[in-house]
Amino acid sequence: MPTMTFAQALNDAHKLEMLRDPNIYVAGEDVGIYGGIFGVTGGLLDQFGPKRVRDTPITESAIVGTAVGAASCGLRPVVELMFVDFIGVALDQLFNQAAKMKYMFGGKAKIPMVLRATCGAGIGAAAQHSQCLEAWFMHVPGLKVVMPSTPADAKGLLISAIRDDNPVVFLEHKMLYALEGEVPAGDYTVPLGKADIKREGKDVTVIATAQAVHTALSAAEKLSADGISVEVLDPRTLNPLDEEAILESVRKTHRLVIIHEAVKFAGAGAEIAAMVAEKAFDRLDAPILRVAAPFVPVPFSPPLEKEYIPSEEKLIRAVKTVMES
Amino acid sequence: MDISKEKMVEMYTIMSRIRMFELRVSELFAAGKIPGFVHLYAGEEAIATGVCANLLGSDYITSTHRGHGHLIAKGGEIQFMMAEVLGKKTGYCKGKGGSMHIADVALGILGANGIVGAGPPLAAGAALACQYQDKGAIAVCFFGDGASNQGTTHEAMNLATCWKLPVVFIAENNMYGISSCTLNSMCVPNIADRASAYDMPGVVVDGNDVMAVFEASGEAIKRARQGQGPSLIECKTYRHRGHFEGDPCAYRRKEELEEWKEKDPIPRFEQKLVALGVMSAEQVREIQDTLKKQLEEAERFAEESPFPDVSELMSDVYTA
Repeated sequence: MPTMTFAQALNDAHKLEMLRDPNIYVAGEDVGIYGGIFGVTGGLLDQFGPKRVRDTPITESAIVGTAVGAASCGLRPVVELMFVDFIGVALDQLFNQAAKMKYMFGGKAKIPMVLRATCGAGIGAAAQHSQCLEAWFMHVPGLKVVMPSTPADAKGLLISAIRDDNPVVFLEHKMLYALEGEVPAGDYTVPLGKADIKREGKDVTVIATAQAVHTALSAAEKLSADGISVEVLDPRTLNPLDEEAILESVRKTHRLVIIHEAVKFAGAGAEIAAMVAEKAFDRLDAPILRVAAPFVPVPFSPPLEKEYIPSEEKLIRAVKTVMES
Repeated sequence: MDISKEKMVEMYTIMSRIRMFELRVSELFAAGKIPGFVHLYAGEEAIATGVCANLLGSDYITSTHRGHGHLIAKGGEIQFMMAEVLGKKTGYCKGKGGSMHIADVALGILGANGIVGAGPPLAAGAALACQYQDKGAIAVCFFGDGASNQGTTHEAMNLATCWKLPVVFIAENNMYGISSCTLNSMCVPNIADRASAYDMPGVVVDGNDVMAVFEASGEAIKRARQGQGPSLIECKTYRHRGHFEGDPCAYRRKEELEEWKEKDPIPRFEQKLVALGVMSAEQVREIQDTLKKQLEEAERFAEESPFPDVSELMSDVYTA
């Protein structure tokens, strides 16, 4: 199996799908000549030409809105928002148009589009270029929300997202782009709505997303030295959410800690915790704990940003707390 | 003028169909039979009719919250529209959209829209699909004076020219965004003046003159079809009704409405066609009678149709 970075895996997914389906076009700010500011769309312009790989002006509403319009007329746009923080400029086209058209039209529309965006803190990009906004998108019926953590998942999920007939928000944590891993060559899909156990364990379930999956895996390794067996579950898609896989893991371990980088208040972890409490409360031996960012904009200065990002130490403390109760 | 008599009679018929539909919707709303909001197109019929008379079935339109006229002009059938407005299962959207969201993608109608200014990027996207698929189709974006001040409209026009998209922007300037008069909301006298900023032709036409709209939009649509890019046409008009039904219109002078009623596009076109000998007075009566019957049938169909079953609540959110 070839080894490639998360960014290269996404690039591979674009190329394979664009070769397969001529109705796919890619558009966004700096996706063509520049190749994407994180390199994800590199080489696409040379390979597929300017009709299918479109550098746009800085015009997020029109990038998203033209994708919605084109998708409703038969194309399959894969558009890049660059930073997810920019969604505020274009939000209406996503949540009032793309997400609702099918329902409002009584089922007589189909919006097969992917909106890719980078998210997350860790490079000192401050409050408007570092957020994790997945909970916003999870809250909108009609959207699907994908958040991969490994190169293989990135490729397999992006191909599935492109083939999906619904608007899919595909969130790429910027600290993962350089991560290397084995990635199946050629056509490879990971179904949307299917969680993955990244590490098996029996004492406590840790649900983690994106970059936090790696925090969880590292913590699990350290905790195993203390005799605590941690199961790390990555939902991979937040909508649809693989409730069954989550419940199955919790029924086995009887303890649940959720870690994500978005702010804790009303974050994805709140929904997951509520779901588990509603459906498997009697299987829990300890309260559900969440490890997530504090309720504050993402700070700039390195020590503040480091304090903001949910750390391995905080996760280890949380796991030990649920083990003690 | 290169237009057949039949085409002119058809345009008159469509305008009259829209007017009759709107006045009946107004009565049904007053009778408490229509939930939510309805925004009526009465007074502006010449615009949708004149523009859509140039379109083919394969062309696309995006509409607005004041969308009934656009839909009828693009081929929407009034029984399914009436059923939708009443929230019935047989409506265009199975009763899930209502007046503000009637759509039929198969007819090229990408939806009325409850968000002012949402249509222009969607229309540019439809035009992108037309250009990409290279089948000669084009997109028309109907939008109002209110939407003309939205950023989305400017973004769509800029991108449309950058990419030479086959889209025609039809501004329906009825002078008011609810109560905000364009004298206060616009920094230029004409929406069309803004076309120069996007390097596209911009013309102002009398939006109550269906032939003027037909000709100006015909030119723009031809340009788009020939790959020469977008155009902006501003149609000056006036809504006979309030922003929505139930609006007391305290922000408008009664005399202003009376002045504009003098310029009502339907009697104007009717008199012109009779004077030209295109239609006889008797033909006018026949058309009106037929339309009345069709509307009664549509209303009966809608009234007799069931409401959607509550089991329909969760369907149509996602495509499987």
